[in-house]
Amino acid sequence: MRHLLSTADLDRAAAIRVLDTAAQMAATQGRQIKKLPTLRGRTVVNLFFEDSTRTRISFETAAKRLSADVINFSAKGSSVSKGESLKDTALTLQAMGADAIVIRHQASGAPHTLAHAGWTEAAVVNAGDGMHQHPTQALLDAFTIRRHLTGSATNPDGVGNDLAGLHVAVVGDVLHSRVARSNVDLLHTLGARVTLVAPPTLLPVGVGPWPAAVSYRLDDVLAQGPDAVMMLRVQRERMSTAGGGFFPSPLEYTRLYGLDARRLATLPDHSIVLHPGPMNRGLEISADAADSPRAVIVEQVANGVAVRMAVLYLLLSGDGDTAAAPATGAVPALTSTPASTTAGATA
Amino acid sequence: MTSGTPVPDDTSVADTATTAATVVLGEQDVARALTRIAHEILERNKGGDDLVVLGIPTRGVPLAHRLAARLAAVEPGLVAEDLVGSLDVTMYRDDLAQHPTRSIGATSVPARGIDGKVVVLVDDVLYSGRTIRAALDALNDLGRPRAVQLAALVDRGHRELPIRADFVGKNLPTSTAERVRVLLAETDGRTEVVIESGAGAGAGGPR
Repeated sequence: MRHLLSTADLDRAAAIRVLDTAAQMAATQGRQIKKLPTLRGRTVVNLFFEDSTRTRISFETAAKRLSADVINFSAKGSSVSKGESLKDTALTLQAMGADAIVIRHQASGAPHTLAHAGWTEAAVVNAGDGMHQHPTQALLDAFTIRRHLTGSATNPDGVGNDLAGLHVAVVGDVLHSRVARSNVDLLHTLGARVTLVAPPTLLPVGVGPWPAAVSYRLDDVLAQGPDAVMMLRVQRERMSTAGGGFFPSPLEYTRLYGLDARRLATLPDHSIVLHPGPMNRGLEISADAADSPRAVIVEQVANGVAVRMAVLYLLLSGDGDTAAAPATGAVPALTSTPASTTAGATA
Repeated sequence: MTSGTPVPDDTSVADTATTAATVVLGEQDVARALTRIAHEILERNKGGDDLVVLGIPTRGVPLAHRLAARLAAVEPGLVAEDLVGSLDVTMYRDDLAQHPTRSIGATSVPARGIDGKVVVLVDDVLYSGRTIRAALDALNDLGRPRAVQLAALVDRGHRELPIRADFVGKNLPTSTAERVRVLLAETDGRTEVVIESGAGAGAGGPR
């Protein structure tokens, strides 16, 4: 594993390996001493061009729990606000000896460029790029689902399991959601059945070939008894006015697509409710649903640290020799070889 | 399921059968060694109070379970399940950057914890001593045992650190080119200890 750019790059074995590693990381987080010496001397740079609280803090916590040095870099108040390009920023970080760069960028594909343009030797982790991918969020969602729905008394984390046979409904603003895209890819890889539920205006053009069913009616999908319901945030900052023309009014959106106490009661007993946060209480999810016992939203945040520890461990702990990895069955390479990609781009 | 140890496929056993290998301990030899070690542990510690037996994945965990079963059989009042656990040392190793990424094993400690207890670490092969150094660091983060002792089924020499075992199943003088493999019924389908010559062993790193 060289970079983590998209959940579409993960095959089933690689995804399960990340989740299993995360389970062991989560076990260490229940101890009195949570810090591990694993990445001592390594440097992780959090390069955030977009506002973020929980993802940045989660990555920072994960890196610190593994004893890596963390440098936080946000575009505000840095030389980026003076007009520095991504390339020059990357060259600067490379010169400072970053071993991993966690990047969030408003432009889809920025992490891919950073990983493959030859500007830096560091491992690149995509922490959300535009409306493209947010792979660690999907991994922590899958980890949470697996723990709740496939765990047993002897194997509470469901280590080794995939999500075969589970039905996950992803509800809300799919159009603007990188979380939805990452989740559709990963949940499909892990064998789950995904149904996207959204008003037609909040579904992207070209959703047809996605490995997911599409419905416009939340009540119909809830009647099928999904095992997990993932509510997406309505991304008002990406819409111009109240509904931005995507829906007539917030109240109508809530009536048709909001998860409230009545809809919650129609779910099977084992179903769980997820939300990537931050929540718009009263818009896509009511306080009743957000605070109900079947909401695992706070647990998602805790699992996020474990999943990000696992990703940093898998990216940074080895000898970096990806060519040797398949021979020993260690880590399947996650991306096409950087060298050939770079050569193709320059040719 | 107590160890979380993956069960390897049959090919690993088939591979070892075809390489040039000398069997140095058979199933009965391993059983006798473990029984003797169990008696030695009880003798050294004047009984089984406060004992915690922690196996180091992968092969140390089934060995620890076998040892705990013998301790419970010999000493009245001991319950094997309350003694035994596993201690993964992967994240404390000093050679993580020299090898392909290792999978992380499970760590489970008996419910009564390790504070003030006598911890017996169990591993299959004692070689450089680096795994045990990592295990001591890992223990340090879990609590403060009263004493730590080390039991190894095979001691093959070539120590790189000032570490020695308190209980040894068999001392095997080896050359560094050779590879010592411990096969256990729980993980490999049969129980024996074999030495493979350097030529056929391939990528057997230090344990």
